[in-house]
Amino acid sequence: MTHYAMVIDTRLCIGCGDCVIACKTENKVPEGLNRDWVVEATRGTYPDLSTEFRSERCNHCSHATCVYMCPTGASHHWKDTNIVLVDPNKCTGCKACIAACPYDARLVMHPGGYIDKCTFCHHRVEKGLDPACVSTCPTRCMYFGLLDDPSSEVSELLRRRDYKVLAPETGNRPNVYYLT
Amino acid sequence: MNRREFIKLSGLMGAGGVLSPLLLGGCTAHPLPGSGQVVRTPTFCDMCFWKCAGFVHTENDRPWKITGNAHDLHSQGRLCTRGSGGLGSYEDPDRLRKPLLRVTGADGRQTFREAEWDEALGFIADRMKAIANDYGPDRMAMLNHGYGARHFKHLMRAYGSASFAEPAFAQCRGPRDVGFRLTFGEGLGSPERTDMEHSRCIVLIGSHIGENLHNGQVQTLAQALRNDVSLITVDPRFSVPAGKSKYWLPIRPGTDIALLLGWMYVLIDEQLYDRDYIERYATGFDELAAHVRRYAPEWVYLETGIEPDLIRATAREMASHAPATLVHPGRHTTWYGDDTQRSRAIAILNALLGSWGRKGGLYIKENVRLPRYPLPAYPQPRSDFRAANKGRYPFAYEGVTNAIIEASIGEDAHYRGWLVYGTNLPSTIPGIRPQLKAAMDSLDLVVVVDTMPSEITGYADVVLPECTYLERYDDLRNAGEREPALALRMPAFEPRHDSKPGWWIARQLGRRLGLERYFPWQDYSEVLDWQLKQVGSSLEEMQRIGVKPFPRTRPKYFAEGQPVRFRTPSGRIELHSQQLADAGFDPLPVYTRPEAPPAGFYRLNYGRMPAHTFGKTTNNPLLFQLAPENTLWVNPLVAREQGLANGEYVRLQNPDGIVSNRVRVRVTERIRPDSVFMAHGFGHRSRRLRLTYGIGADDSELMTNVRVDPLMGGTGMRANFVTLVKEAG
Amino acid sequence: MHEEILITARSNPPVDPVMHIWGWEISVYLFLGGLTAGIMFFSALMLLLNRDEEAPFSVNRLSLLAPVVLSLGMATLFLDLEHKLFVWRFYTTFEPTSPMSYGAWILVLVYPITLLQVLSTLRSGYPLLASLLTGTRPERVLLVCERWRRPIAWAAIPVAVALGIYTGILLSAFSARPFWNTGLLGPLFLVSGLSTGAALIALIARRHSEKRLFTLIDAGLILTELVIVALLLVNLSTGAQPQLDAAARLLGGDYTAWFWGAFVALGLLIPLLLEAAEIRATLRSLALLAPVLVLVGGYVLRVIAVDLGQETTWIDYGSEFNTELLERLH
Ligand SMILES: Nc1nc2c(c(=O)[nH]1)N[C@H]1C(S)=C(S)[C@@H](COP(=O)(O)OP(=O)(O)OC[C@H]3O[C@@H](n4cnc5c(=O)[nH]c(N)nc54)[C@H](O)[C@@H]3O)O[C@H]1N2
Ligand SMILES: Nc1nc2c(c(=O)[nH]1)N[C@H]1C(S)=C(S)[C@@H](COP(=O)(O)OP(=O)(O)OC[C@H]3O[C@@H](n4cnc5c(=O)[nH]c(N)nc54)[C@H](O)[C@@H]3O)O[C@H]1N2
Ligand code: SF4
Ligand code: SF4
Ligand code: SF4
Ligand code: SF4
Ligand code: SF4
Ligand SMILES: [Mo]
Repeated sequence: MTHYAMVIDTRLCIGCGDCVIACKTENKVPEGLNRDWVVEATRGTYPDLSTEFRSERCNHCSHATCVYMCPTGASHHWKDTNIVLVDPNKCTGCKACIAACPYDARLVMHPGGYIDKCTFCHHRVEKGLDPACVSTCPTRCMYFGLLDDPSSEVSELLRRRDYKVLAPETGNRPNVYYLT
Repeated sequence: MNRREFIKLSGLMGAGGVLSPLLLGGCTAHPLPGSGQVVRTPTFCDMCFWKCAGFVHTENDRPWKITGNAHDLHSQGRLCTRGSGGLGSYEDPDRLRKPLLRVTGADGRQTFREAEWDEALGFIADRMKAIANDYGPDRMAMLNHGYGARHFKHLMRAYGSASFAEPAFAQCRGPRDVGFRLTFGEGLGSPERTDMEHSRCIVLIGSHIGENLHNGQVQTLAQALRNDVSLITVDPRFSVPAGKSKYWLPIRPGTDIALLLGWMYVLIDEQLYDRDYIERYATGFDELAAHVRRYAPEWVYLETGIEPDLIRATAREMASHAPATLVHPGRHTTWYGDDTQRSRAIAILNALLGSWGRKGGLYIKENVRLPRYPLPAYPQPRSDFRAANKGRYPFAYEGVTNAIIEASIGEDAHYRGWLVYGTNLPSTIPGIRPQLKAAMDSLDLVVVVDTMPSEITGYADVVLPECTYLERYDDLRNAGEREPALALRMPAFEPRHDSKPGWWIARQLGRRLGLERYFPWQDYSEVLDWQLKQVGSSLEEMQRIGVKPFPRTRPKYFAEGQPVRFRTPSGRIELHSQQLADAGFDPLPVYTRPEAPPAGFYRLNYGRMPAHTFGKTTNNPLLFQLAPENTLWVNPLVAREQGLANGEYVRLQNPDGIVSNRVRVRVTERIRPDSVFMAHGFGHRSRRLRLTYGIGADDSELMTNVRVDPLMGGTGMRANFVTLVKEAG
Repeated sequence: MHEEILITARSNPPVDPVMHIWGWEISVYLFLGGLTAGIMFFSALMLLLNRDEEAPFSVNRLSLLAPVVLSLGMATLFLDLEHKLFVWRFYTTFEPTSPMSYGAWILVLVYPITLLQVLSTLRSGYPLLASLLTGTRPERVLLVCERWRRPIAWAAIPVAVALGIYTGILLSAFSARPFWNTGLLGPLFLVSGLSTGAALIALIARRHSEKRLFTLIDAGLILTELVIVALLLVNLSTGAQPQLDAAARLLGGDYTAWFWGAFVALGLLIPLLLEAAEIRATLRSLALLAPVLVLVGGYVLRVIAVDLGQETTWIDYGSEFNTELLERLH
């Protein structure tokens, strides 16, 4: 399986939300819906404080519970990669995959009714481009690439830097990594 | 879905024959983005004043997205949140559609009616002619902000007026640029000449870059952080850059000058300043050294709340990286009324560190030598913006908006008419509403050129709907930068509704005022093409590439030991300012203790939020979705004291009894217990802004305690206090 | 203080602000699915045990309710789908990791078996209805089915159990929802389904012996259910943080009244006491009350499970913004 990963440097991320707008326009996400979002986590008491900003989206889990739960095969791993996609023409809108995603990464398309989510911009990845959010981020704190390739930027970063993933206890083996 | 598969399946289902039309109806086609006919048009962004170059993409003739131009240094190929959301402003259903004329109904109530361009322009031209006849054309002022204003400045100069003012001066960067001009003989400009990508140490005094999303600033600061810069942030609030800093100094609000003087004390006391640089380039060092003797860190601590050890440690940190240490000049600097002096202190500190003209400090900008389109000379105006200052503000080298507003009130007011372009004065000038109303009542003509039904349009006699930046040509962008470059803005779409480009409006007015000779073109693209051809390019080329870089002709930094003549009267960096002394001001920055909030009141802190540019994007449907309201940040201690819960709505009340619109409480440690914080730009009162109307609180109206900077007229906004009033129910 | 909030106003219905993807449609479906399992199970069981005399309703007439009840459930399930025209997609594949896919195919099995059950008892249970068929070809089918009564009933038992457990497994397979993710939900739903089935029989059967028999059975099932509920609470209270949070909501939070009042007290304990009294024949006049309460309790259990379960999550952010404001976009 080809293993794509997104690596986001929380030490550079400023929480500007550009990644959200970039996704909305690139992918024509309808009004009111979002495939990605930004979280701010503040710890401590004034003035001993730390903040972390995180741009979040589908984790394109290696153990994708959404895919496992989908009764129709609409949710699937794309072309033997870990990129998880939904085929609208197979989707019944039963929402099992929404319940199955520990990251709340899925949404119901309106007016369509089928399920939508971050695609890792596979339409761009196919052309050798970075996902829209990655290529827009003004701090350049997002990276995208192949984990199979030990010399890729993402592999290198994960070797060099401390990182975490979200809710590892779910066992989903997420593939969006946060440098800390 | 694949048709073969479908036929097979519906056959299987037996009822396929009946069901298939239904099913086909459900089989939406889902083409991948960008698989249709994509067209790319160059532009530079107008969502704020940074002017990043990029491309507008359409797919199958439908607006798709806007992306950055990789050859552009303002954006380095990436637009910010607001720039990426630019299509929302084009698509905003609440845009101004037709010219509007004020009419008084039989009941005396004033309303607007839609008019044709011809009528609206004719009306304006008649009034402008009358003003020119009765008082002189110099009595017409222009209040403006934004790039498109150039067309109207041209019109006004041709008409005979030189009274221009933009809030970017007296409400924004005026004190900073005056402070730096007094010291180095030059201001910072926009983009600022900060060489952050090469800095080893950066000191941010209030500048909340990261929330302040000026793209080049964000990108170069991020670059610096990637290079492991030592970031020192001075901010009473735990701002975004504070969270990325090696040192965060949570300063008591309004005491920055004390800290700056304390730092100078340490640099001089410990001989850490750049001696060679100061001897070579500066004057007034001895006076400075004597002056700062009063400001030992132990004393500064009592004022600022910053530990003496921390003051020393940060001063040493700065010195250890000098001259690649940048004490950032900031941008919005109208804080407490002594702002030019604070900016002077920042300038002096930079001088001590030797950062002006040095790599990692403040570089030398360069733009393209672009000839101006040949036109007749403008008439000499009888007076200019200085008339409004009435002898005050001797260092205001640009128009002072608030002074022009004051000089427009009453029977004998100096100004008789206004052209307002792209500035929403009621929310831009602090506490101005009463004067604004009075001015509007006494002026003979108020023209507002805007894209949206902002509050200011409600004060106008005539409202002219400009099309957005995505639908027009404007002047070439030729800003001083690291490398010179030109950028083109051209229409990606036809103007929607009955809106028109600024150049067209200005030209039409010019013709009606008998100023044809200043507007000899049919289409503004002719001007651009002519200019571009003078520098070896053409409109056709620029329409393809959007941005054209040119080589530098002079170095970006001073050479080692290079003699430099600064543009100050002495030709040197003026640490001690004789100009100030001569005008009766402190020649060296002096600290005065700020007012403390009265009991039960909190200091009103305000700033930017990344998703919006002031109030001009809050109705943009894309950005509204990202951040529909501003929130009031309160410390948990305050929340407990006031019995406030996260997410509840409160109103703010200032000592003059002004009560704000309701605003949602965000309980957070990121704000001090003696202050509250909110983003500027909300609390719109124009009902025609259907998304944003009535949402959030407006900081401006609460700012009735304005501290005017006597040097240049800037409106200090940070001496305002509020109490919290719980919403009933 | 630890503040963790969304600073972009995400509001994806029905995921935000709290997940609410499944409403009454799914609760009803799960309830009716369980009830169908109970109906199938007991009609088959009584037939196999030759209780024609003691429980004639169960043996002869009950099974007709199965396809009816199930169809109602299927209808609400269909109502829940967001992309209805593609409902047939359930049947173009079998997904071995998806409980819902099993469910879809189990239903494919359930339907014919319930029909066979009906056909095999139609003449004894609904002679009038059967007489309409005299002399027609379908009558021959009836005869064949009757001959196969016992094998059909044998087949119905595992399918009924599968159906009953499936309604619980469906939820408990969601590792993303800490409240559901316990092995106990399957047995609980199975027992509850059987219990509602028994209650239904006790409610509508005429013969006293049959009522009594099913009151007895139901009391046993309720006892079992109570044990499973207790285990479930222990399980939650010793789990990870989100499970503790779920437990807290049951034990002293917004679900307490529903859980203790409507489900445990009204749906389990009170009917158990009533049934005990009935069995000892001390109380007769309230004979209808217990089964009604059991049915209501069974439904309440489904509502609580569906609603609370989808709200429990590993990740829980507040929002800086009031996302109701986004309604202005429409
Ligand atoms: N997203 C976005 N970005 C923008 C804009 C926008 O509208 N939206 N506008 C642009 C424009 S025109 C400008 S001028 C700039 C303004 O951006 P800046 O120049 O960065 O803004 P300021 O308002 O000076 O700084 C606000 C910060 O000052 C802190 N502060 C408050 N009081 C004090 C004090 O007494 N001392 C110190 N040291 N700090 C204090 C506040 O807590 C806050 O963090 O932003 C630009 N960038
Ligand atoms: N209380 C308070 N006051 C402040 C500040 C603050 O932080 N707090 N910040 C100050 C600073 S730093 C600045 S720079 C100023 C900014 O002050 P302004 O520049 O006045 O900012 P906005 O309120 O965004 O108003 C911009 C207006 O331009 C219109 N507009 C947008 N695009 C176009 C266009 O293409 N053509 C035309 N004709 N009009 C257009 C918008 O609809 C809007 O009415 O505000 C200052 N005032
Ligand atoms: S665009 Fe980049 S910096 Fe901005 S929020 Fe997204 S990841 Fe963070
Ligand atoms: S994050 Fe959620 S939607 Fe994405 S692959 Fe993992 S489980 Fe599926
Ligand atoms: S909603 Fe669609 S994608 Fe999700 S599980 Fe159901 S069929 Fe699969
Ligand atoms: S990878 Fe693409 S689809 Fe996913 S969040 Fe980024 S822009 Fe959106
Ligand atoms: S900084 Fe952002 S809003 Fe301003 S011009 Fe650049 S892209 Fe546009
Ligand atoms: Mo500004």
